[in-house]
Amino acid sequence: MSVDIAVIDYGMGNLRSVSKAIEHVAPAASVVVTSDPAVIAAAGRVVFPGQGAAPDCMREIDARGLRQTIIDAARSKPFLGICMGMQVLFEHSEEGDTACLGILPGTVQRFPHEAMHDDRGNKLKVPHMGWNNVHQAAPHPLWVGIEEGARFYFVHSYFVQPISPDVIAGFSHYPFPFTCAVATGNIFAVQFHPEKSQNDGLTLLGNFVTWNPGERDTACDMSGAACA
Amino acid sequence: MLAKRIIPCLDVTNGRVVKGINFVELKDAGDPVEIARRYNEAGADELTFLDITASSDNRDLILHIIEAVASEVFIPLTVGGGVREVGDVQRLLNAGADKVSINTSAVVNPQLVKDAADRYGSQCIVVAIDSKRVGDHWEVFTHGGRKATGLDAIEWAKKMESLGAGELLLTSMDRDGTKSGFDLELTRAISDAVDIPIIASGGVGNLQHLVDGVKQGRADAVLAASIFHFGEYGIDEAKKYMKQHGIEVRL
Repeated sequence: MSVDIAVIDYGMGNLRSVSKAIEHVAPAASVVVTSDPAVIAAAGRVVFPGQGAAPDCMREIDARGLRQTIIDAARSKPFLGICMGMQVLFEHSEEGDTACLGILPGTVQRFPHEAMHDDRGNKLKVPHMGWNNVHQAAPHPLWVGIEEGARFYFVHSYFVQPISPDVIAGFSHYPFPFTCAVATGNIFAVQFHPEKSQNDGLTLLGNFVTWNPGERDTACDMSGAACA
Repeated sequence: MLAKRIIPCLDVTNGRVVKGINFVELKDAGDPVEIARRYNEAGADELTFLDITASSDNRDLILHIIEAVASEVFIPLTVGGGVREVGDVQRLLNAGADKVSINTSAVVNPQLVKDAADRYGSQCIVVAIDSKRVGDHWEVFTHGGRKATGLDAIEWAKKMESLGAGELLLTSMDRDGTKSGFDLELTRAISDAVDIPIIASGGVGNLQHLVDGVKQGRADAVLAASIFHFGEYGIDEAKKYMKQHGIEVRL
């Protein structure tokens, strides 16, 4: 029997928070945490989380033979990348000079030490850890019900730099603007942790579990004029 | 803009939240799951649980508590107390903790911090530093503040950062339970010495102390227990006060 939602487990960090939060917003759905390519391939939608370092992340993906499975899922079904699961969708990460999955054109860079101070000269810490405002760069079904500028929980030292500005769905400031959400076709990916961002995070996950990218225009019509 | 965090701390022993004065005399403050739920609703940015259970018999209680909290509270949860090996870190993460705090064992075996950070990522490894002023510097203490280590707190903080700690939970034992405010000098010295976030802890007695911890101590987050547990102040009240004083908070 195929599952509704597969959370990809490739040995990178704690996935319990992610699966618990999804179960909370989709109590009737079957949610599995899995590293089985067949289960992921058959799932209705896929969540690709991840914590830790990019080189380990790519190594673990390949050790489990999941590279093609992830690429296929990202091309074919509602796909949500979270944190490291967003970063490795791009071509290259500065972290350990790592070649990534290359599903989205662009790179991943570290917060540059020399830029890490606020306008009063106070040092800004890295990792960027805590609740920051997320600005919605473009309307999207996953933003429905979430206020512009709502705060989400972040913890990361690297951020993505997409080549095409068209994929930028959200950005945040630390201290400069950086991309914290990307969207294209059936892919939505975020740098922050919706599973740890209380009500707004649960709203985003709830939007994901009902999102049908093929009917995006319909979803926009239903949500009103915000989807121009 | 990134918000400064307010973190209520729940000291847990034998399945109950308690609060001690200067690490000794304990007072019952309630059921951890119930308290966690209440703080979440009041807008706490994270929750920290410190398992201060003395005997190993009741160690598993904390895992059940974290499991229960994690299935209904969707904000970051940090758990510390009695973490001795990588397997302890794994058990707590599997129970639903997002970060694990290592204290005494970091001193006994600094390699544990590196191993845990390498395996699970720096983002989930917090090193707790209990410090006390000794002469003209601050020294690290362990075993709940009973044992001097001879380690300089600032040097120790830098070392923990270099081994992969993602955050430091800094407690002034001179101030803990005294309600006389954070040791601002200590907090600032450590915050300036490292690039990772610092959680200030120990001594909060009123809301101005929280403001001082951020503004003068340069803390990235402030942790308090008794002012919240015994209903002296609400989390939302604390956040509004901080905002009025020009601090960015999540409201």
